[in-house]
Amino acid sequence: MNFGNGPRGSDVLVMGAGVIGAATAYFAAQQGLSVTVLDKGLPAGGTSSACEGNILVSDKELGPELELTRYSLGVWHNDLAEHKKLWEFESKGGIIVASRESSLASLNRVMAVQQGFGVDVEELDQAALREAEPHISREALGGASYREDCQVQPMLVAAHLVRLATEAGARFIADTPVTAFLRSGPGRSVSGRDGGRVTGVRTPRGDFPAGAVVNCTGTWAGELAALAGVEVPVLPRRGFVMVTEPLPPMVHHKVYAAEYIDNVGSSDAGLQASPVVEGTPSGTILIGSTRERVGFDRTVSTAALGLLARNATALFPFLERVKAIRHYHGFRPYCPDHLPVIGHDDRAPGLWHAAGHEGAGIGLSAGTGKLLAQALAGLTPDMDLTPFAPARFGESGAHTSAHREEATA
Amino acid sequence: MSDAVSSSTISVDVAVVGAGPAGLAAAVAAAEAGARVAVVDAGAQPGGQFWRHARETVQPEAADDQPDGHGHHGWSTYLDLRARFDAAQRAGRITYLPGLQVWMAEPGFTLHTTPAVASSGTVPATVTASRLVLCPGGYDRQLPVPGWELPGVMAAGGIQAFIKANGVLPGKRFVIAGTGPFLLPVAAGIAEAGGKVLAVLESSAPSAWLPHLAAASGVPGKALEGAEYAALFARHRIPYRTRSIVTEVLGSGRAEGVRTAKVDAEGRVRPGTGRAYTDVDVVGFGWGFTPQMELPVSLGVDTRIDADGSLVGVVDERQQSSVPGLFLAGEVTGVGGATLAVLEGLAAGAAAARPDSTTPVKQPAAITRHRRFAQAMHQAHPVPAAWPDWLTPDTTVCRCEEVTAGEITEARDNLGARDARSLKSFTRAGMGWCQGRVCGFAAACLGAGPGEAPDAGSLAGSAKRPLAAPVAIGELAALD
Amino acid sequence: MNPQPVTITFDGRPLTATAGQSVGAALASQGVTAWRSTRKGGKPRGLFCGIGVCFDCLVTVDGETNQRACLVEVCEGMEVEGS
Repeated sequence: MNFGNGPRGSDVLVMGAGVIGAATAYFAAQQGLSVTVLDKGLPAGGTSSACEGNILVSDKELGPELELTRYSLGVWHNDLAEHKKLWEFESKGGIIVASRESSLASLNRVMAVQQGFGVDVEELDQAALREAEPHISREALGGASYREDCQVQPMLVAAHLVRLATEAGARFIADTPVTAFLRSGPGRSVSGRDGGRVTGVRTPRGDFPAGAVVNCTGTWAGELAALAGVEVPVLPRRGFVMVTEPLPPMVHHKVYAAEYIDNVGSSDAGLQASPVVEGTPSGTILIGSTRERVGFDRTVSTAALGLLARNATALFPFLERVKAIRHYHGFRPYCPDHLPVIGHDDRAPGLWHAAGHEGAGIGLSAGTGKLLAQALAGLTPDMDLTPFAPARFGESGAHTSAHREEATA
Repeated sequence: MSDAVSSSTISVDVAVVGAGPAGLAAAVAAAEAGARVAVVDAGAQPGGQFWRHARETVQPEAADDQPDGHGHHGWSTYLDLRARFDAAQRAGRITYLPGLQVWMAEPGFTLHTTPAVASSGTVPATVTASRLVLCPGGYDRQLPVPGWELPGVMAAGGIQAFIKANGVLPGKRFVIAGTGPFLLPVAAGIAEAGGKVLAVLESSAPSAWLPHLAAASGVPGKALEGAEYAALFARHRIPYRTRSIVTEVLGSGRAEGVRTAKVDAEGRVRPGTGRAYTDVDVVGFGWGFTPQMELPVSLGVDTRIDADGSLVGVVDERQQSSVPGLFLAGEVTGVGGATLAVLEGLAAGAAAARPDSTTPVKQPAAITRHRRFAQAMHQAHPVPAAWPDWLTPDTTVCRCEEVTAGEITEARDNLGARDARSLKSFTRAGMGWCQGRVCGFAAACLGAGPGEAPDAGSLAGSAKRPLAAPVAIGELAALD
Repeated sequence: MNPQPVTITFDGRPLTATAGQSVGAALASQGVTAWRSTRKGGKPRGLFCGIGVCFDCLVTVDGETNQRACLVEVCEGMEVEGS
């Protein structure tokens, strides 16, 4: 691995070696651009190391997010096909389960709309559901099967994409936090700071000039953007996941309750959880997942563990006697409108962002990286990135300050 | 037995985790200083690993009739502490909660527990206390070697515990290997119980000057112990080979023999010194001890790397950690053996009982002397720097997830995984049932790279176990 | 004093143990050194740490899976199965 020898300049400087930064670096290198990746620690040290590795179609709202999801799925299956084994790509399939007549009715409505948009979803009656998941609760009334839902080991994705990028000529430098942006040329003043084009970054290891600087720092993206005088309202939303003892296969798909979809799009600050239960190749069962807006609080919450446990046993009663052997939590980086920020920041020319993918960052990383690399290379991206443009937060993004306070309160 | 288990939540002044030398001493000292105390321990009866003994319900005389029970050093200390412990229990000052493991400790402090044995019928309790003394002890530190995952290979301390608790041997012909003074009582215990110890292999060469060291450190008792073992080894004809290691455990389906070799001071195998022992049925390994750090780490105590390379908690002269009200005693402050653990436990218990008192703790000089001796012992018995050279790429490092040395070095060299945490995510080493308790140190060493020792950050990452024990999801469902 | 003998079954066959012994000790002292196969490599495992830390010695006791043989005490009629 290259630790900063040679010329420091590059076409593209990627800040952050999580899945988003790794995918951006990989595809930028594929475009023939010279790439430098900096991370304040090691690859996949943030949210990429504390999530479930979901590539989901089933939970997406109609609109640009679903479109990006389907594009990204294609990138996983085609552009990255040869590397699937490296990151344990698994076409597991998702099943949404309804346990109440009312949720079954809403699930059926959602399914009908999704089918209209080409999503591969199939209705499961009670018998079909039992056949797909023999240990599901007797209370389950029916469900929907999403064959396109899949899973990867996210840390391996980030680490291998960084490695593959370096093999294609990129350079990766660990333990190198960005402390300031280099600016040059005549520019307007933004938020009282030095304006001008972003021409690189300053770090404790020295300056790194670059034609384009890409902010892929996940939950830290707002902080980094602020260094450039622009506001990008990326906030942390905490999630707990529990892991059981290894067992023989008992849960065969990614199984969620119908209420999951409501929580994903919710802006409620309080503790929420819908059961997401899934078996893994190593025999453990993952039980997710809570959603809480508590800033970066790392305190373990017995309330969150209790809620996860109750929800999981309601879906799969056999779990009651199964032991949890660990749990972890992470912070999903999300924007108030629940869409990621992808593209050039016109407010600070030379600065680009790819962050705020909330709980969908793993699945969206491949597509995000490929589209951004196309734009960085001066090509027209395969998909219109306008809905994700940083400019949607306004001239300086000042109206979002209320959200920042809320997040740290 | 305690009658306080009827309630599921117990509130006391001082909670003590562990009922080994440090925990018993802390509980007794706190209770005698007037505090209401609860003691949570995974064992079925007091004593911990060091004073582990046969079931009192089966062999009641084990607890009191034998003046120097079962080759235990300091048995009279145990009997004294035990008598005071029992008296405090009878007086209602100590609530004793055996058979329970703490799966989570919350700041302030709340202990959530779960039965150590599911079928025991032990009722889990929640303990709240404004002061907490953690005395969780430690377990044998392990270095992987080809074949160490074969049945018949055991932790040295596991063999000792087996004999102490069951009064029988786990096999007939033993080889004991590793480093440190603890290998001596293990081998002695086997011989006394009628087993054949073919050899004790010590990777260092400390024996010649050890007695002088003990005397110079002001703990002459340790010199006496050394002399006793020397006599015992002579009587049972146990060969004690220094600068020697097991390079491979041989056998198909179970341990049947070992290959050994001489090593230099760094642990590099000296060519032409290999030999084999056949007809072996138990191989015991011990490379010092790993303190059980998950509870102190989860509560956020300041840590440091001790002279033996272990992650330990930082304490002041009253055994208080950087977290106010949280006291540590025994191996979690630095591996130092039972005598030191008792002294620390007494100091911690007394201080926890009267947190605002300015009275100096008793015997600080003795604690200092024993710590100095422990440090010298660690320096005389280092983990050999070249130990990773003993591995082949297919040597199992993580026993639970069956991760090999080759997979770990590949993740280090190709994916930049330098610490235990990244190695865990990339290779699953430390991700299984034991949560890295057995392989954590070795994996951290391999991640650090050739000749490098793991730093506190890497070891703390490995010791970060948000669930300190497995707990049934049905039990978690009862939390609100 | 001679502790009470108790009879347990291991994978269906009777085994004599001693009251107060652990399941692991009862098995090992009867020459049974392995009672579990690993998930990935199918390798045999038995006692290792002996004190409840390593989880290598897992057995099924009276239908309860994944119990540590080194910690569970034998009792009359106990049914032990390897895994």
